[in-house]
Amino acid sequence: MTVSLPAPAAVRRARSRSLLSRATEWVVERLLLVCAFVSIGTTFGIVAILGVETLAFFQQVPLFAFFTDTQWTPLFSDKHYGILPLLSGTLLVAGGAMLVALPVGLLAAVYLSEYAPVRVRAVLKPALEVLAGVPTVVYGYFALLFVTPILQTLVPGTEVFNAASASIVMGIMIIPLVSSLSEDAMSAVPRSLREAALALGATRQETTVKVVIPAAASGIMASFILTASRAIGETMIVAIAAGLQPKLTLNPFESVETMTAYIVQVSLGDTPHGSLEYQTIFAVGTALFVLTFLLNVVSLGVVRRFREQYQ
Amino acid sequence: MIMTTTAQKVEAEKVEKDIILDIQELSVYYGKFRAVNGVSIPVERHKVVSLIGPSGCGKSTLLRSLNRMNDLIPTARVEGKVLFQGEDLYAPGADPIDIRFRVGMVFQKPNPFPKSIYDNVAFGPRINGFKGKLDDLVEESLRQAALWDEVKDRLKDSAYALSGGQQQRLCIARTLAVRPELILMDEPCSALDPIATLAIEDLIHQLQEQYTIVIVTHNMQQAGRVSDYTAFMNMDADRAGYLVEYDATQQIFTNPQDKRTEDYISGRFG
Ligand SMILES: Nc1ncnc2c1ncn2[C@@H]1O[C@H](COP(=O)(O)OP(=O)(O)O)[C@@H](O)[C@H]1O
Ligand SMILES: [Mg+2]
Repeated sequence: MTVSLPAPAAVRRARSRSLLSRATEWVVERLLLVCAFVSIGTTFGIVAILGVETLAFFQQVPLFAFFTDTQWTPLFSDKHYGILPLLSGTLLVAGGAMLVALPVGLLAAVYLSEYAPVRVRAVLKPALEVLAGVPTVVYGYFALLFVTPILQTLVPGTEVFNAASASIVMGIMIIPLVSSLSEDAMSAVPRSLREAALALGATRQETTVKVVIPAAASGIMASFILTASRAIGETMIVAIAAGLQPKLTLNPFESVETMTAYIVQVSLGDTPHGSLEYQTIFAVGTALFVLTFLLNVVSLGVVRRFREQYQ
Repeated sequence: MIMTTTAQKVEAEKVEKDIILDIQELSVYYGKFRAVNGVSIPVERHKVVSLIGPSGCGKSTLLRSLNRMNDLIPTARVEGKVLFQGEDLYAPGADPIDIRFRVGMVFQKPNPFPKSIYDNVAFGPRINGFKGKLDDLVEESLRQAALWDEVKDRLKDSAYALSGGQQQRLCIARTLAVRPELILMDEPCSALDPIATLAIEDLIHQLQEQYTIVIVTHNMQQAGRVSDYTAFMNMDADRAGYLVEYDATQQIFTNPQDKRTEDYISGRFG
């Protein structure tokens, strides 16, 4: 049963393309190149402007003062440029959010990956991810108008704008980030490892805690770090609910100001271009950029280790 | 042959022969699909039983129903009985966790945990709350698995630093560490080279003194080399696996009673 093949020339003719299709391909290729350059160029532009304005800022404010002064009052007459209060505000709110998101997110991930029947998972996972799609301004007002009053009855003396309320709501917002990424890491753990544990008489819980989570540890860590940088960069919730008072405090029931909230505050005001006040937002922006950049570098390193975990 | 004797005589023989595992009329379903149909195999203590048969005839399915690993597949369902030391593994009160602790399993592909060699072996005893000297138990298990001499100086190294054959012996050591009464092996050599395969086969011979082993293999020479008894399975037109013949390995290979066994052994199909 021989199959009659077409002559090579016929094949070649069938494959030769019209001039038009070649031209289209040329155009599409250039267009994609331009798009790539636009995004690279934009990033480059942002970094350049950030750098220039930050340099200008540090020509007037010494680096040492920036890192050690405990007050941030560029908009007052008695001006101080210490980043610490903004940094502490940022870390307080983000830390609180992580405190909410990590345990809940991780447990949700464990449930989705190890316990949920296929059908429940198919519904629950996208449903959780919807949480991340709610506009952050909605979360902000939810924090201010719903969570804060509850906190005020629970903890008398809670200020109207406070870190705790923003933390809790931001924590809820980033749960899907933790659960989704951690769940991916756990689902990637080979089934054969679970079977090995179960065949030794391990319960499902022992298998999860002693085999699956350790094997997925790096991926879970990476999800934590990615979530942390998201929490640090979050703007709307903190601007609405956490307040605008740069304060060096660890009390979550007080009003604080985060780096992002400060940038919003100044951007919305009528600070003249080129002034030192104007440049502060770039200095703070750079600090924020460096902070999240460091976190991402760490996270990348962790993810790289993750690949070597199991065969 | 067992089948020709009366039921009473079968029972008498079982007592005489010290039957540790008695598979009775076992059928296994995946949803509506029947993968194993009415298989009966008595397994004698301290013997090695091999399951052979064409691919897809339900050997793994049958094996996994002997330590209730099939419970992990939501659609899987079992009919019939599996008496282990006289207790039905599928009785309403039977605890799969306890059963898996007593019936060990070695898988087709070596599946060590991404932990140290030591922690791999210590895993089972630890989760089972072992109170004695763990170091001794680990050493003893590795010795039984004929791996001790090769790893004694690097117990803290990752199990992945071992070769495939060593990993499989580590998995056997890990199983031995919980001192199972019965060990199930599902094509334990199929991912290994010939030399590593021989090492495992030697090991199976040695383990026989203390353990009972049921091994699935698609390698007939292997069945001939390692097992005392052989069960030949086949599947019918609707892919349901059934037992063709179960007898002493010697008998199966030299004087099979069933034409289908003879054809399979002589390589005429499968
Ligand atoms: N999880 C499962 N769900 C549905 N069918 C399965 C599953 N596992 C195995 N089967 C089917 O059961 C039959 C027997 O499979 P298996 O026991 O793996 O055979 P063997 O080990 O003899 O090659 C095959 O037809 C296979 O497709
Ligand atoms: Mg199989």
